[in-house]
Amino acid sequence: MSEKTPFDEMTRLDGTIRDAYKAFEAWFSSEEPAHLRAKAREAEAFFRLTGITFNVYGQAEAAERLIPFDIVPRIIAAREWAKLSRGIEQRVSALNAFLHDIHHRQEIVRSGRLPREMIAKNDAYLSQMIGVDPPGGIYTHIVGIDLVRTGADQFYVLEDNARTPSGVSYMLENRETMLHMFPEIFAKNRVQRVSRYPERLHASLSACAPPACEGDPVVAVLTPGIHNSAYYEHSFLADQMGVELVEGHDLRVVNGRVAMRTTQGYKAIDVLYRRVDDDFLDPMNFRTDSYLGVPGIFDVYRAGGITIANAPGTGVADDKAIYSYMPEIVEFYTGEKPLLENVPTWRCSAPDSLAYVLDNLSELVVKEVHGSGGYGMLIGPTASKKELREFRRKLEARPGNYIAQPTLALSTAPIFTRAGLSPRHLDLRPFVLVSPNGIEITPGGLTRVALKKGSLVVNSSQGGGTKDTWVLEDD
Amino acid sequence: MLGKTAGGLLWMFRYMERCENLARLVETGQRIALTRPDRADSEWSSLLQTASSREAYDMHHDEVTGEAVIDWLLRARDNPASVINCIAQARMNARLVRTAITREVWESVNEAWMTLGRELSSRVSMRDLQRVLGVIRQRSAFVRGALHGTMLRNDIYDFARLGTFIERADATARLLDVKYYVLLPSAAGVGSSLDNAQWEVILRAVSAEGAYRMVHGRVRMASDIARFLMLDKRQPRSLSFCYEKIGANLEYLERDYGVRMPCHNMSEAICQDLDRATIHSIIETGLHEFLQDFLRRNASLAAKIEQDYRFTQ
Repeated sequence: MSEKTPFDEMTRLDGTIRDAYKAFEAWFSSEEPAHLRAKAREAEAFFRLTGITFNVYGQAEAAERLIPFDIVPRIIAAREWAKLSRGIEQRVSALNAFLHDIHHRQEIVRSGRLPREMIAKNDAYLSQMIGVDPPGGIYTHIVGIDLVRTGADQFYVLEDNARTPSGVSYMLENRETMLHMFPEIFAKNRVQRVSRYPERLHASLSACAPPACEGDPVVAVLTPGIHNSAYYEHSFLADQMGVELVEGHDLRVVNGRVAMRTTQGYKAIDVLYRRVDDDFLDPMNFRTDSYLGVPGIFDVYRAGGITIANAPGTGVADDKAIYSYMPEIVEFYTGEKPLLENVPTWRCSAPDSLAYVLDNLSELVVKEVHGSGGYGMLIGPTASKKELREFRRKLEARPGNYIAQPTLALSTAPIFTRAGLSPRHLDLRPFVLVSPNGIEITPGGLTRVALKKGSLVVNSSQGGGTKDTWVLEDD
Repeated sequence: MLGKTAGGLLWMFRYMERCENLARLVETGQRIALTRPDRADSEWSSLLQTASSREAYDMHHDEVTGEAVIDWLLRARDNPASVINCIAQARMNARLVRTAITREVWESVNEAWMTLGRELSSRVSMRDLQRVLGVIRQRSAFVRGALHGTMLRNDIYDFARLGTFIERADATARLLDVKYYVLLPSAAGVGSSLDNAQWEVILRAVSAEGAYRMVHGRVRMASDIARFLMLDKRQPRSLSFCYEKIGANLEYLERDYGVRMPCHNMSEAICQDLDRATIHSIIETGLHEFLQDFLRRNASLAAKIEQDYRFTQ
C-alpha cells in the first residue's frame, strides 16, 4: 500500500473538519470521553438484549455473536448522495436488463461484448430460467451495491449483490440504537430517515404480485431456519413488514399455488421474499437433497402462481467474473457511460493478464471468482512471502478461478477507541428496491469498518464492525 | 397464523412455566432439608420424581444428595428438564415466533436467558441459592408481565396461555401425585392427622401457604389441602383454575376461527369432570388413580391441540 494518507471522511489533510461532520464534531468534542465510553458499552448491551446477533456455524457455545458497533456515524453530504444515487440507479437498471437479456435473446453475447462462456459456463446460470418472464419483469428486486471511496470525488463499485444481499437489518438497528443513545445529536443534524425501508420493501414486493394473485398480495419471507447466520435479519424483516416468516416445511404446493400451513389450513402466498439460495429452493428442480425448499415451487413460478424475489438465477449478475464486464454491461443496456466506476480488474484466465498479475502479485488483491465474504482472498501488500508463494501456485494451477485488482487506498473514518478518535478503513452498502414502479434507494446503508488499524478487510466474519450511516437532508 | 408459530408459542410458555415450577420445587426441597435433616434424602428423591427426572438422574449419579439434585435440576446440560435447558428452549421458541410476539416479550425472554445463563454458569453455592431461585422466579414474572401488558388479545395470546396452563396443570398434578405416594402409601391414611412439614412443602411449592391460611385458617387437613390445590377455582395453580382458563382460551379460538375442533370437546369433558368432582369422590376412587387419569387426559389434550391447529405436517 502507498505511504500516502488515505482520504478521510471527516478530516481534511490540513486538519480542518469537512462540512458534513461539523455539527457532529462540535457535539462530540463537548462530550466527556468517559460518558461516551459508558454509552458505547450500553450500545453493546442494547444489541445483546434485542438479539441482533449472527450465528457462527460449527460452534455450539457462544454460537451467537454480535457484530461490533462503533458509535461514530459515517456521514454523507446530500450532494454526494445525489451523485451516488444516480450511479446506483443506472447500474441497477443495467443489472435487470442484463438478467432479462441473458435469459432471452442474449443480445449482449451476439454483439460480441460478452463471451458466450461467461454465461454458459457460469455455475449460477440456471438454464431452467430461459424464457421465463418473472412478474413485473423484475429479476433482482433487492440489491446491495458495495462501494468504496478513494478520494473526494472517486467512488468505485467493489461488488454487486444481486442474489440475496444481507445487512439491511443493521442499517435499521444501528440507526435505532443511535436514536436511543444519543437523541440530542439528531436535533442538531438533519439526517434522512431510513426507518421506512420495511414499508417500502413490502410495497415494492407487493407491486410484483404474480398473475394468479387475487386481492391484496400475500407476502412471506422464506428463511433456511433458526440456525442460519442471518436468521435475525429474516425474522426482523418479516416482523417489520407484518408478514409471515416461513421455512420450507411450512409450505407445499396446493392447487397450483404455493401455500403455507396455518392454524386454519393452507393459505396461498403471492410473493415470496426468499433468503434461501437457488440450489436449495426446489428439490424437484434443483438440488434433490435440499430440505430447505419447497418441492415444485419452480413449476408454480413458471406458471405465474408465485413471485420469487430475487428471481432464481440472478446470481449470474454478481459473479466476480461478470463484474469485470460491468462497464460494458452498463453501456450496452443504458446507452450511457457508467456513472460509477469499476475497480480495474485483471481476469487471470487471459494469459497476458495472468503474466502481469504474477509479476506484480505483492501489489495486488487477488480474489476467487466464486468466493465470498473475504475468504480465499490475497491482499498482496500485507501478505507474507509464504502466502504469496501459495497464491502463485494456485494462480498457475487454476488461473480462470481468479481475478486481480489493484490495492485501493480505501477511505477512512474515525472510530471511537480508548485513546479517542482513530481512523479506520471502511466501505458502504446502500440498499436498492426495484419494482415496476421504479428504483428506490434508501438514503443510508450499511457501513462496514475494519476495526484493526490499517486493515482493509471489513467483513464481519473477519473482525469488521459497523457504523450508523447518515445521509444529510441538505449540505 | 402459521401452525408452526402456534406450536412455538405454546411451547415457549410451557418452558417458561416449567422454569418457574422448578425454582419453587428446589426452594421447598431446600427448606425441608434445612428443617428436617433426617428426611432430606427421601425429600430430594421425591422432588426428582416430581420433576420427572429420577431415571435420568440415576443414570448420571450414584447417590441422591441435596447438592447434586439441586445442580441437576438447575443447571445440568444432561437433564433436558433443567432450568438452564428449559430457558434455552423457551428462548429458542421465542426466536422461532419472533414475528408473533412484541419486542417487550422477546426482550424479557432474551434477558431471562442471558441472566440465568450468567447465574447458572457455575455451581450455585448454598449461600447463594435463595437469591438465584428468586432471580428465576422474577425473570419468569417479567415475561408474564410483558405478555399481559403488551400483547394483543388474539389467537397468538390464546396459544401462549394454553401452553402456560397445560404445563401448570401438569406440574400441580405431578406434585400432588408424588407426595401422595411418599406420604400415603395406603388410602386409609387420607383424612388422618398428617406430617405438617410435608404438607407445607406442597403448599410452598405452589406458593399458596398464605392463600390457604386465608381460606382455611391454621388447621391443615389433608383433604382440605388436596381440595384447595385441585378444585378451588380461586387458587391460580389448581387443576380447576387451569382448566377454566384452558376452556376459555379454546373458546376464544373457536369464536375467532369460527370452527369447533375435537380438542374443544376433550377440554370441555375434563372441565365438567373437575366441576362435578368433590374431594370425597376423588378419595373414594383413589387420589393416585384420579391424578394419573388427569395427567393422561391433560397430555392427550395437548396432543389434540397440536393436531387440530396443525403445529406440524
